Amino acid sequence: MKRLLIATALVAASGAASAQDIVRLGTEGAYPPYNFINDAGEVAGFERELGDELCKRAGLTCEWTTNEWDSIIPNLQSGNYDVIIAGMSITPEREEVVSFTQAYLPPASSAYLALSADADLMSGPVAAQTGTIQASFVAENGMQLVEYATPEETVAAVKNGEAVAVLADKDYLVPMAAESGGSLVLLAKEESIGGGVGPAFRKSDEELRGKFDAAIKSMKCDGTLDAMIVKPEYFGPEAKTWGDAGKEGC
Amino acid sequence: MFDACADPKSLEGLSWLFCYLTSAKHVDFYWSFLTVLLLLAITAPAALGMGFVGATAARSHVAPVSWLGKIYIWMVRGVPDIIFFLFFVIALDQGIEYAKSLVVCDGGAWPWQGMEFRVCPAAKVPLAKSAPFWHQAYGFMLAVVTFAIVFGAFVANVIYGAMNAVPRAQLETAEAYGMSRGQVFRRILIPQMWVYALPGLGNLWMILIKATPLLFLLGVKDIVYYARELGGSKTQAYEYPHGDWRLWYFLGLMAFYLVFTRISEIGLAKLTRRLSHGQATAAGEAMRKAAA
Repeated sequence: MKRLLIATALVAASGAASAQDIVRLGTEGAYPPYNFINDAGEVAGFERELGDELCKRAGLTCEWTTNEWDSIIPNLQSGNYDVIIAGMSITPEREEVVSFTQAYLPPASSAYLALSADADLMSGPVAAQTGTIQASFVAENGMQLVEYATPEETVAAVKNGEAVAVLADKDYLVPMAAESGGSLVLLAKEESIGGGVGPAFRKSDEELRGKFDAAIKSMKCDGTLDAMIVKPEYFGPEAKTWGDAGKEGC
Repeated sequence: MFDACADPKSLEGLSWLFCYLTSAKHVDFYWSFLTVLLLLAITAPAALGMGFVGATAARSHVAPVSWLGKIYIWMVRGVPDIIFFLFFVIALDQGIEYAKSLVVCDGGAWPWQGMEFRVCPAAKVPLAKSAPFWHQAYGFMLAVVTFAIVFGAFVANVIYGAMNAVPRAQLETAEAYGMSRGQVFRRILIPQMWVYALPGLGNLWMILIKATPLLFLLGVKDIVYYARELGGSKTQAYEYPHGDWRLWYFLGLMAFYLVFTRISEIGLAKLTRRLSHGQATAAGEAMRKAAA
């Protein structure tokens, strides 16, 4: 009975909040520079700035929430949030269960991080985060795969010697190598996997997907998206941008 | 938080550490200890209540009520906690939203459509437009209900056993005095059963304390979440870059749990002494002799 009262109070209180519709954006919060929780305890990173700008252009009020990576698609489907903006690559497998807009980041390279530049990828397990395109790639290419729930743990596995290397987005690994004081190095070998990074929606949410798609296109057209990508705190001047290809059909 | 901490990258040594430990994220971490204590403060009495109802039902003279009580105890005790936590919270959440959708939505379409769970926006609990606080409070409430149901079943089994442990002679004497079944239950059985139940309940309290990291599985940002998040190595993208410090954070958690369980042990020992006083048990007898 007491629980029922609390539940009723919760429902009543939540009903009294503002009447403006709010779109909930879900991210992982553990993958700098894409998205992470900063020292103020807030979602930060490239996708934070991008998501806020997209909501502004689409005239939506948005709110951020974080969710573990391995349950990020199921929780979108059960309606805990409305959009996934979490460095998620567009793949045919994912398109079977969710729908994407056009990509906001062009296909990026994946890189290997290891203890030495001559590490033999076939000599032991290669680490990747569960449910990523990199994990599938490792498994499909005859390497021995060892999976971890968070990006952080994949890098820790290499430091501990549990894995000979970690395969992840290059943009995530570059600062890891740069700040390791030489103990971690990027291998020369890189992989080109995935079809660009885009936000994911429930298949039934066609209207919301359309709004975001238009907002991304408008950012490509006026060049603000490229300018955001090359900011030094995000992907830097070397990063792949959309360039003229993004301005087609503007 | 402090003016001196405005530019963390220029700090060194102790002042860096001070600013680091008082960052907004660390303050959230300190608050999460209260979340855990709050969970215990709400769950323990709720589980005790569930257990009491379950045990009373299980020893009822009405067969269907007794079956209900026994099935509850058997089912929850027989399923691994983690599976129960993962399954039940989703089921409860979707069940609440489905029930609400029957009232507030038009049409009442079946919400489980393929992979998606879809109810009208008005049936979401809490509503999408609610403040983040309500989303967290709702997740916390789901956790409390789940903890209460799981631990209630164990409590029910302990209390059921304790009720059967009260010497039959005590109850017969009360019946000989002409007390009704209800009076015997209230006046004789309940006051005497606690001393038999206490060792089992004390055990469950300790297990409950140690089970609170399951909150993390339920998506509640508890101390384990923050320890992992804060301890992970931080690049220059963060204001306070550092290496992998998870070991230190988890050591801190270990100390917290050890201190907390030690305090609980002392409290439980005191309570046992108080409840043994005047009881027809070996401990009660020893206290009577020592006093005489």
